[in-house]
Amino acid sequence: MYGAAMGLALAAGAIAPAQAQGSKTLVYCSEGSPENFNPQINTTGTTFDATQPVYNRLAEFERGTTNVIPGLAERWEVSDEGKTYTFFLRKGVKWHSSREFKPTRDFNADDVLFSFSRMWKKDHPYHNVSGGEYDYFNDMGMADLLESIDRVDDYTVRFKLKRPEAPFIANMAMMFASILSAEYADFQMKKGTPEKLDQEPIGTGPFTFVNYQKDAQIRYRANDQYFRGREKLDNLVFSITSDASVAYQKLKAGECHVMPYPNPADLASMRTDPNINLMSQEGLNVGYLAFNVTKKPFDDKRVRKALNMAIDKKAIIEAVYQGAGVAAHNPIPPTIWSYNKETKAYPYDPDQAKKLLAEAGLANGFETDLWAMPVKRPYNPNAQRIAELVQADLAKLGIKANIVSYEWGEYRKRAQQGEHMMAQLGWTGDNGDPDNFLNVLLGCDAARAGGSNIAKWCNQPFNDLVTKARQSSDKAERTKLYEQAQAIFVEEAPWFAIAHSVSFKPVRKEVVDFKISPFGRHEFHGVDLKR
Amino acid sequence: MSATDDIEMMASPAKAAPPSPLRTFWWSFAENKGAVAGLLVIVVIAILAIFADWIAPHSPTEQFRDFRLLPPFWADGGTLRFPLGTDDIGRDILSRLIHGARLSMAIGLIVVTLALGMGIVLGLVAGFYRGWIDVAIMRLMDMMLALPSLLLAIVVVAILGPGLSNAMFAVSIVVLPHYARLTRAAVISELGKDYVVASRVSGAGTLRLMFSTILPNCMAPLIVQATLGFSTAILDAAALGFLGLGAQPPTPEWGTMLASAREFVTRAWWVVTFPGIAILVTVLAFNLMGDGLRDALDPKLKR
Amino acid sequence: MFKFIISRAALVIPTFLGITFLSFFLIRLVPGDPIEVRVGERGITPERLAMLREQLGLDQPLWVQFASYVGDILSGNFGTSLVTKNPVLLEFLELFPATVELSVCAILFAVILGLPAGVMAASRRGSFWDHTVMGVSLGGYSMPIFWWALLLILLFSVSLGWTPVSGRLSVMYYVEPVTGFMLIDTLLSDEPGAFRSAVHHLVLPSVVLGTIPLAVIARMTRSSMLEVLGEDYIRTARAKGLSAGRIVGLHALRNAMIPVVTVIGLQVGTLLGGAILTETIFSWPGIGKWLIESINRRDYPVLQGGVLLVATLVIVVNLIVDLLYGILNPRIRHGR
Repeated sequence: MYGAAMGLALAAGAIAPAQAQGSKTLVYCSEGSPENFNPQINTTGTTFDATQPVYNRLAEFERGTTNVIPGLAERWEVSDEGKTYTFFLRKGVKWHSSREFKPTRDFNADDVLFSFSRMWKKDHPYHNVSGGEYDYFNDMGMADLLESIDRVDDYTVRFKLKRPEAPFIANMAMMFASILSAEYADFQMKKGTPEKLDQEPIGTGPFTFVNYQKDAQIRYRANDQYFRGREKLDNLVFSITSDASVAYQKLKAGECHVMPYPNPADLASMRTDPNINLMSQEGLNVGYLAFNVTKKPFDDKRVRKALNMAIDKKAIIEAVYQGAGVAAHNPIPPTIWSYNKETKAYPYDPDQAKKLLAEAGLANGFETDLWAMPVKRPYNPNAQRIAELVQADLAKLGIKANIVSYEWGEYRKRAQQGEHMMAQLGWTGDNGDPDNFLNVLLGCDAARAGGSNIAKWCNQPFNDLVTKARQSSDKAERTKLYEQAQAIFVEEAPWFAIAHSVSFKPVRKEVVDFKISPFGRHEFHGVDLKR
Repeated sequence: MSATDDIEMMASPAKAAPPSPLRTFWWSFAENKGAVAGLLVIVVIAILAIFADWIAPHSPTEQFRDFRLLPPFWADGGTLRFPLGTDDIGRDILSRLIHGARLSMAIGLIVVTLALGMGIVLGLVAGFYRGWIDVAIMRLMDMMLALPSLLLAIVVVAILGPGLSNAMFAVSIVVLPHYARLTRAAVISELGKDYVVASRVSGAGTLRLMFSTILPNCMAPLIVQATLGFSTAILDAAALGFLGLGAQPPTPEWGTMLASAREFVTRAWWVVTFPGIAILVTVLAFNLMGDGLRDALDPKLKR
Repeated sequence: MFKFIISRAALVIPTFLGITFLSFFLIRLVPGDPIEVRVGERGITPERLAMLREQLGLDQPLWVQFASYVGDILSGNFGTSLVTKNPVLLEFLELFPATVELSVCAILFAVILGLPAGVMAASRRGSFWDHTVMGVSLGGYSMPIFWWALLLILLFSVSLGWTPVSGRLSVMYYVEPVTGFMLIDTLLSDEPGAFRSAVHHLVLPSVVLGTIPLAVIARMTRSSMLEVLGEDYIRTARAKGLSAGRIVGLHALRNAMIPVVTVIGLQVGTLLGGAILTETIFSWPGIGKWLIESINRRDYPVLQGGVLLVATLVIVVNLIVDLLYGILNPRIRHGR
């Protein structure tokens, strides 16, 4: 029967099923399968994208910006010198219902307590469910930061911190801080299937989870009772398509409306396609080549400056990023507040570089290693190719750079131990706070062996500025401090900053009001489809 | 020695003496036009591979940055300077294909030699000694055959790290059971024959018995398998290259070329088409020749 | 007869044990640790790494891990994916129907075209038809299928727009998974165009995956037919004046089928290997893609469990073919 049917289809030879019913269905050609549907226990963008429609957080990022707006909390108060945060929760927020679970109550303080206790308290009954790894919660230092979480009443929750922490509210808007239903958790626990909490999500978000078929698709339906009002779309479908060129074909054929990570090679034809609107935004990231300042000759500022002038950044941007990147010279991308517009990039000037090297007593060059990641990263599409270009530029100064690479996990570990002389790496921002770059990547604390400051650069004035800014909650003051810190960074040149990548999102013309997320997420609330 | 000498020498019929076995073999081989065509193609590819440095118009890695994604010469915008066009960073595709022939031939040769060598030893040992050692070896071969071969190759490469030599090793491991099984079967069927018994009685040592008495008489099926093995080796190595696990760029291995050209498939058909044709033609030639060899060496199928 | 089956089945047990062993240790030889592969540039503190390793049982000596793994397998527990936290068996059962559906269609495609082509070629030996069939099938046999897939996509999906680019069903349809086989599920559903859509999605991948089996089956049918046509009883039939069609159809074909059936059975392993490439190119949600991903993520339980399940399948199918062959052909049964 199959064979006969197949023959028939071959003869008939047409596809494009008529758009079913009259409902608005937006199809997103997502790049892979989510690990599961709980953002607390995962760190990948794919999973965050898939859980975004379902959940809300106390505070949230305004769509398409890094601004924090109220979410499930209507407002919050900061007191006790920035150590106590009181959240006043929104009333009348309905939980989704599924075939097996019907909520009996609205969202309240118990849900907030459940969501955070699960991650925080090792003896919480849900702590070890689904592997019990809460990477983001731990990476953001929440476990050490929190003093207590108290339920004041049904709609008031108080977080006490051990020390003032300016980025705290931004952290609460991150995906790991999503609020899950305590009632649903109890329901699954009683049924003896607690892990289902993480596989079949119940949230408060704009879309209700309908069904997931691994490696094939995820389906959502608009939540009629959403507290911000029902979405304009009726259905949202993630059609999982791991190959970017295939996704582009589907986009062209109208089989999907939005795709995430186009091939640089396809950008030119996307620009000219009348049905496609190619959106772009500078990403919240930085790719860099760090000099290990604890090793000779990179302990000498002149050498680091010389190398900054010796490498042709423009060639890298053209050949490797193919237009999908802008040259970097500050450690934070221009999309983040407090970006210092006054600092000057080092010019490409091999002669000046030679002079500086001669001053440092290295007129004949030296030998060094040059590390290149084995994998594509959002901020660096091809580290090996960059290494080849850098190698050629340095050779002109008599510097012999040997390209080194390791398996990815190993690479990161060794670089953080400081085994390299020069290593490429990069960073994608989590919460749009400058601290998330300047302190994490360049602070003294992170310069220890195993820390994420792989230049191992500990500059006291810089560190003082960044620490002071971290403890202040006055944005104007913080901006000033961070600008000064960036000036020090440029002068000291611990990195050869390479680029901030530009992310492209091809979107079909009938899609209305899709916005690119500065965090690299793909969000579909507030989006509409033209007929 | 070129192939034409070969053909003339072998094809000139001897007048008086009875035909030598080699000559009978050649006659029956030459009867098969497809096989001869395959042989000719292989000879041409081999010449291209050996003299790639002189034949190829450009270096396979030289980047002509001003001539990116140029089409072949007969298409609009193409030039004879780059007869089959250029790839995304301006390298000449023809030159890369010619140098790639060298790699593909080397891959075939090395993989087959490795697999044949290991397979013969395992097969001889298993067939000759029988008993538990036979069971152990053959069960191991069964296990390897029960795993999808590409999956096994991928795991081996994942362990050793991507790269051409590791990919070749992985492919030889994967095809090894075929040779071992074949050798064992041939050894077992030969063992009972009179000449073996005679030589055993006359006191020939085990090694001598294995390698110089039995082995030469089992060679026919192995030669056929080895020829066909060239094509499997080239295909499998290209598949690994296509999955990004074989030769690493900028090595002009055909499968790797296909993999890195894949994102340009809608924009520049030639970067995808030509490496594929190169693989197809080479593999087809080896298969044609392998078929001819089998017909010529296996009297049962000869009609 | 019974003794024959038992002796054949007994041979399978050590193979099976060996696979368990092999799949467990091979994946652990791959450098990199499942936790560190995941953390990316964010990194992980040594204390937390140690804690997570302990949680996953990765801190135990290998032989202890292996022993507990074997224990689990024997009680039917294939473990839980490190990445998705889902049971391996569940994921396998969810994805496997897609691979089976694709493989069955590929084999059907190969048999439906390959069998008649082989018979025709044999019955008109040396004709233009014979040469064409042999030439085309040798070409198919030599085809790098990943390239073949790209060409077909370029032609049928991109240029002509006849077939969809990837996936199993147009997203416009929503079909409740009942059996996991899309063709059956779409027929069971009340969405009118869904079945057509499912068929459309199957065509190109099946053709790609079926190309090599098609070539093998056509060649095998031809040579096996030729052999049978040369046998005495056919000559007798011919001498009796039976028409060529009757000879081929009635007498020769039946006897020529035995080796052909064997070859079809043996294609199962090849198909699963080919499925890895085909599924990768067509974004087909089957086990091939799943296994490749598990290698990249060092998802030990998925890889070892998946390999074990796939190998079991191949072994069982080969065993069945072996037994069938023995039953069909008594010489083999008594020969050993």
